[in-house]
Amino acid sequence: MSQVPAELKYAKSHEWVRVLSDGRVEIGITDHAQSALGDLVFVDIPEVGRELAAGEACAVVESVKAASDVYTPIAGRVVESNAELATAPEQVNQDCYGSGWLLRLEPASADELAGLLSAEAYTELLAAQGN
Amino acid sequence: MARKTVLHALHLELGARMVDFGGWDMPVNYGSQIEEHHQVRRAAGIFDVSHMCVVDVRGEGVRTFLSRLLANDVAKLRQPGKALYSCMLNEAGGVLDDLIVYFLNDEWFRIVVNAGTRDADLAWMRARAEEWQVAVAIEERIDLAMLAVQGPLAREALADLLSESDRGAALALKPFFGCECGHWFVARTGYTGEDGFEVMLPAAEAEPTWRALNAAGVASCGLGARDTLRLEAGMNLYGNDMDATRHPLESGLAWTVALEPADRDFVGRAALEAARASGGVARLTGVLLEGRGVLRGHQKIFVQDREYGELTSGSYSPTLECSIGFARVAQDCPNRVEVDIRGKRLPARLVKLPFVRQGKKCFEIPSEESVS
Repeated sequence: MSQVPAELKYAKSHEWVRVLSDGRVEIGITDHAQSALGDLVFVDIPEVGRELAAGEACAVVESVKAASDVYTPIAGRVVESNAELATAPEQVNQDCYGSGWLLRLEPASADELAGLLSAEAYTELLAAQGN
Repeated sequence: MARKTVLHALHLELGARMVDFGGWDMPVNYGSQIEEHHQVRRAAGIFDVSHMCVVDVRGEGVRTFLSRLLANDVAKLRQPGKALYSCMLNEAGGVLDDLIVYFLNDEWFRIVVNAGTRDADLAWMRARAEEWQVAVAIEERIDLAMLAVQGPLAREALADLLSESDRGAALALKPFFGCECGHWFVARTGYTGEDGFEVMLPAAEAEPTWRALNAAGVASCGLGARDTLRLEAGMNLYGNDMDATRHPLESGLAWTVALEPADRDFVGRAALEAARASGGVARLTGVLLEGRGVLRGHQKIFVQDREYGELTSGSYSPTLECSIGFARVAQDCPNRVEVDIRGKRLPARLVKLPFVRQGKKCFEIPSEESVS
């Protein structure tokens, strides 16, 4: 059974969003996504300063099996990317909601957060997909 | 509806993630596929390869039949139990399949073919037997399951499940030999670059055997680890590194084609001789990515503006901790190249295969770069 922390927001494409205390948001991939991908061996994350539109492919996570795009659930400017993943991509497998975060954004609009899925809605989505 | 091996329920019980492979629902991993890879390099692992097809070919004309059917020469098989790796070609020299053929006796050879090609292979073999009017019986052994037990500790672990006399016979097998052990057929072959056995056994005995090997410390391993192990070992995967549109000479398999004796007329011979005479045959080589990233099939190989070919397979090497792959490139391709990965050119080296054998790195990066 996949972990789906109650305090986070989710996208249908299996990313999670955490609102930080300063209003910025942290983005990563869900437990379901990391488990489906298998052992990650490479993470390609966007450069700081890049402006992203909602739904834009912003990162690539590669497992031994395949490469997979990560889509930003909301629009914003990249203010930080997780440099640790360059040498330790397995952190996404080991702690996808913690040290395995991918990037932090200055959101273009706080309103977009309301359009994301709650933990409950994401859990239902996984169940509907047969997970 | 995907086909299932006799071990399907066991894979689910063991928590495997299942994927489609050549029309079969097969385990890709049971947890970490990198850990499964290391288990095989360092100790022992077990794979379900029952999706592969065991074909028994029997009859007085069997040697003549295979001599014409296969690109390698079964005349090399004189000692009972001896195995030979070969391609089966079409008239254009394209690879219909790669297979292992075992010589059991003068009227009985056993062939193991790939899962995705099994139906086409059987149809091809039967059609050729009819066309050539050779009296052979071609039997698909669906009653048998097949397990690959691989790694430095694999042979001992499997042999412990055999009777005392069979145990001795199995452990005495030289590489690329097999023997009957009661109702089992045990062969010292594999697809990982490690020592080990491939075992063909009655389907009903597969599950207790798997559990007994698990209990003896042999790790369950999926097709994911099997792929990274074979890549490190420099072994081709049918459908990736060769197929019916490519001939063995441009697939790193010239060593498996027996052009001598010159009067052996096998299917595809004329096409291969013509290809060789025309020159300019592409070659299959190893590729090592120097930077960070992951090589994958179909990525293009460049040196400056010239495209020299493309990757046929690629992944991450758990043993070398970098990305490796195979590429089909023009004969004159330099060893320092660039690979186009999602629009970025990353530096890579062409290296001689294999990358890893028996747990150890076994290639050299030439210090003096030259056009080979």
